Amino acid sequence: MSNTSVNQAKPDNLPKHKINWGKLEEAEYFAEQVKLFRQGKISKDDFRRFRLMHGAYGSRMTDDYSMIRLKLPAGELYPEQLDKVAELSDSFSIGSAHVSTRQNFQLHWVALEDVSEVLRGLVDAGMTTREACGNSVRSIMCSPLAGVCPDEIFDPTPYAVATTKFLLRNPMSQALPRKFKINFTCCEKHGMVRMVDIGLIPQQVEINGKTQLGFKIFLGGGLGAQSFVGHLLEDFTPEEELLYTVVATVRIFDRLGNRENMARARMRYLVNEMGWEKFQNLVLKERAMVKMVLSVLVKLDVDKTPDVLRKISISSEMPYIPQGYSRWIKSNTIKQKQSGFSSVFLTLESGDVTSNQLRAIADMARELTADGQIRNGFAQDMVFRWIKDEDLPRLYAKLLEVGLANPGALTMTSVVGCSGTTSCNLALTNSHRLAKEVQRKFIELKIDEDDDLRNSTIKISGCPNSCGQHEIATIGFYGGGGRLGKDMYPLYNMLLGGRADEDTTLGHTCTKVPAKRVIPTILKIVEIFKSEKRQGETLDLWMRRVIQGNGGPNIKSLDDIKELLQPTIAVPTKDQDEDFYADYGNDASYHAKTGRGECAA
Amino acid sequence: MCGLSKGKTTRVTIDADNLRSEIRDKSVKVLDIRKEEDYKKGHIPGAINLPLASLLSDDSPEKVLQYTQSFGIGDETSVVVYDDTFGALASRVAWTLEYIGHEDVSLLDITFGTWKKLGLEINTESPSTNKSNHSLKLKPQILATADYLVHAKEKGAVLMDNRERLNFLEQHIPGAINIPYRMLASSQNILKPKEELKRLMQNRNISSDSEIITYCGSVGTLSGLGYYALKSIGLDNVKLYVRSFKEWKSLEKPIEKQMDANYWDLSAE
Repeated sequence: MSNTSVNQAKPDNLPKHKINWGKLEEAEYFAEQVKLFRQGKISKDDFRRFRLMHGAYGSRMTDDYSMIRLKLPAGELYPEQLDKVAELSDSFSIGSAHVSTRQNFQLHWVALEDVSEVLRGLVDAGMTTREACGNSVRSIMCSPLAGVCPDEIFDPTPYAVATTKFLLRNPMSQALPRKFKINFTCCEKHGMVRMVDIGLIPQQVEINGKTQLGFKIFLGGGLGAQSFVGHLLEDFTPEEELLYTVVATVRIFDRLGNRENMARARMRYLVNEMGWEKFQNLVLKERAMVKMVLSVLVKLDVDKTPDVLRKISISSEMPYIPQGYSRWIKSNTIKQKQSGFSSVFLTLESGDVTSNQLRAIADMARELTADGQIRNGFAQDMVFRWIKDEDLPRLYAKLLEVGLANPGALTMTSVVGCSGTTSCNLALTNSHRLAKEVQRKFIELKIDEDDDLRNSTIKISGCPNSCGQHEIATIGFYGGGGRLGKDMYPLYNMLLGGRADEDTTLGHTCTKVPAKRVIPTILKIVEIFKSEKRQGETLDLWMRRVIQGNGGPNIKSLDDIKELLQPTIAVPTKDQDEDFYADYGNDASYHAKTGRGECAA
Repeated sequence: MCGLSKGKTTRVTIDADNLRSEIRDKSVKVLDIRKEEDYKKGHIPGAINLPLASLLSDDSPEKVLQYTQSFGIGDETSVVVYDDTFGALASRVAWTLEYIGHEDVSLLDITFGTWKKLGLEINTESPSTNKSNHSLKLKPQILATADYLVHAKEKGAVLMDNRERLNFLEQHIPGAINIPYRMLASSQNILKPKEELKRLMQNRNISSDSEIITYCGSVGTLSGLGYYALKSIGLDNVKLYVRSFKEWKSLEKPIEKQMDANYWDLSAE
């Protein structure tokens, strides 16, 4: 070996990952299992279950390649971990990573034979893919603003991490009837707590003059072919009860969830079929029992040691402020509760980020964030926290250099798009590319600067299964196929008025929109809204008013919107418009084609 | 690792420290495969410039022999090749020297860019060279033609495509496996440590006595690196399909594609 080294000296006060979620023996075992599978010594179904438990999905139309999903509890990442993901993507994937709507990275088109190498690499940097897929408790989410949100009561991050520590590799979460999702949030505005199996919001109450920390817990929500909004378990759940409540809920689901019919297996169906009150009682009784049995032995290991904040000593004097700065500041940053600091959201396209950009983000975190970390967000985005306000121009300039300074991250221009036909077996349309097209067009039109549209969202799924979360979007779409005579064309079912805050509402179906008419359709809706809105009213609030039956004289209901959209969504013949019959990213005519779904194996 | 049974083992790569001492001893000829303009701005002391484009304009054995002799490379001279393109261009030149029968050729295990970053010696002098004699003993056993490939494939040879994953998915020679060139490198070196490269083969159930043919897009650079990666872990029955996929397509041979997936739209470029 050479005694010379190219490793550059990095400042020594950089925080490193505290917990190694990975296990080397799992990577080694994975390699062995692939060999046995290839030799025909393990059945396809057994191997699929095993593979999913370790975060590896099959790819579109082939099991020879995997989509590897990392499990990143609370979306927390350290610079060394980003560097590692970049390296692994360069080596084994396609030179980019994809941020999911559940704060994880996904690496696409990895050869099945190399999955174990990726797992090894992840272990080196403290990461895992264990229970990122399959019928397990998936990565536990936590708002990317937890700890810095001006509206939060306390930082829920340590609880999300502690709950992960308890559940990861725990026998109780290895063979559930179906996947199970837990979300923590900072406040009502920034979380998605009513559309998951267990959603938690920090609360505090005064009991006998003493402050008691705890949570508001919602159970039984979820998005999918049939979606439900979660129910509040009780007014206040003290933090000591957190673990027992989670365990009780998972145990009931494990016992009573529908194992016969995969399509009805998620806990929300159980809650719906049983009725909320009955389910609620069961959970409370189960919790009492769990507490009796477990409380002596098992406590949640909550590490509340605050992150060490480094003094960032950058000379932040910029010779000039780069163009576009004020637009970006307005749409990509949030002032933290800690005065003098901001959190910065990066606008990605459908969550895609190149390995070179990941390395650049890692360097920016090292240089400019006081906590030396990055968090993945809820909307296929990445977030820097603890940026000193005076460093924002410098950060913006650095982001510009690597193509990451697009505005609009916190506005309607930041469109969510699942992976669609780029890699998913179930997809009917290229939702991934469509989301990028919409975003590019809307940034060009400066939609992010329109305050009426800021709070609204656009989310696109390539099939009815909701990975793109279309039901909680102001304007949501899910893919399908349409037909005129013998000719098929890609289309989207459009839902309006969904939201994920304290007034969580599932979108209402409005109409079918051909794929190549999605952009003009959204613009037409904005036009209708502008002519109908009351003073100060935003798109999402107008939409709610219409859905609640309080629209104006012209637009009384969604049907009126549908009527006005007819000219925009009319279907031309193939002779009139051949491009209409091809999906984004394809030259040839559209035909619906899917493989076997794996979410549920 | 594979040298015990043989009289002389050729090292596949050499590290910077060893190269520097061999340069000091004047026991090595160093070839710089970058463009002439880059070479002129600074190169490893004593290195002779052989831009890949010059070599490729005529890589007939006679012409290559001419280069070799004009550089003063004799049959026994140690040659070390480097580039600034992750070792792929250097590999193509090294393979060409091997093909005309020059045994002792190695790749510098880092790129010129890394050499520079390490602060190692660089100068701008072009060395004077004395003409030498070199024999011509072609080594057809390291070359694969399209016809040979078809034949060998039928008999169970492994075809290894070293292009990037998305290019491979888009089109490749039927039955090929894909080991993108980036999979072969480590963050510092043009090739990963041996045990890691070995694992890539073991994970694919490829045994050490398999015949393997590497290919890439057009001229055998990426697959040249693939060729040396395999040699570095002791695989001996390796051939380079030097005219690669460009020729394969022009011959209108069958092509395989990963259908019905828009993988290009995942690229964040």
